[in-house]
Amino acid sequence: MPDTIAVDSGDTWTVAGRSFRSRLIVGTGKYKDLEETAAAIKASGAEIVTVAVRRVNLSDPGAPMLQDFVDPKVYTYLPNTAGCFTAKDAVRTLRLAREAGGWNLVKLEVLGPPPHLYPDMMATFEAAEALIKDGFEVMVYCADDPVGAKRLEDMGCVAIMPLGAPIGSGLGLTNPAMLSMLIEQTTVPLLVDAGVGTASDAAIAMELGCDAVLLNSAIAHAKDPIRMARAMKHAVQAGRDAFLAGRMPRRMGADPSSPLTGLIR
Amino acid sequence: MSGLTITLNGEPRVFPTPISVVGLLEALGLDARKVAVERNEAIVPRSTYAQTLLESGDALEIVHFIGGG
Repeated sequence: MPDTIAVDSGDTWTVAGRSFRSRLIVGTGKYKDLEETAAAIKASGAEIVTVAVRRVNLSDPGAPMLQDFVDPKVYTYLPNTAGCFTAKDAVRTLRLAREAGGWNLVKLEVLGPPPHLYPDMMATFEAAEALIKDGFEVMVYCADDPVGAKRLEDMGCVAIMPLGAPIGSGLGLTNPAMLSMLIEQTTVPLLVDAGVGTASDAAIAMELGCDAVLLNSAIAHAKDPIRMARAMKHAVQAGRDAFLAGRMPRRMGADPSSPLTGLIR
Repeated sequence: MSGLTITLNGEPRVFPTPISVVGLLEALGLDARKVAVERNEAIVPRSTYAQTLLESGDALEIVHFIGGG
């Protein structure tokens, strides 16, 4: 068989003018330590990693930092706005991130309260508007709401990232039909962000036609995060290939794979 | 010794004066390449750390990247 079947190296996706081969974006939170973070990210094959911006612990200035383990020259850092509840906080946080790293590509997330942490769409609209005005390229976490998602796209967000299920829940894609409609209507990259629990969830997201998948807990909270990172890498590739291959139609009855003719008598 | 009081990551701290952002980061033992600084809710560009002198009453935030989803 030709090698092109095994790896389609030309199958890239592009966000805000930057092209990537890996369709898996991984978070860097919730790991046991920075060594495990680095090993899991490497195993996942991800080229983009999400990061948070927080106050430096001034009582321990020599503590190891994320950059020492996850090299920003190797991985594209995607700073997030986790913990921001207003447009003002989101803009302040990402301006600091831009100064710390010097890039404009960011992940906007404005969340409601526990236990759902559901996207606060009104606050998300406000923050997206402020960030775009400030020169940021905004990949936006949002509800699986086609009306709200369209509005975010029209505002100029560079990627639409609906949740599959609540953050950290691992419940998988709870509304694949709505995700399909979002994929259908969206002309910028569409990523499932949040909810993926295991490899098959990531594969399903890719089979639906998502451009990429963003996840964190599914790897970090697996019993063996490194192995799960590898599983996710393969699942995303498998799901992408299945999407490109085009699945067979479902049918209500059997259809034998072996011919019914030529049987011995 | 004369000193100035600033609010640093939410806590009041006293430093000898005059002190620049570079001097502050050195005093704190922080690597300037790995942090970002906000002074009174405005970004301090890295290129201006040396000439930015702090004043009493300034509120500073010093942040870095950590793991997140």
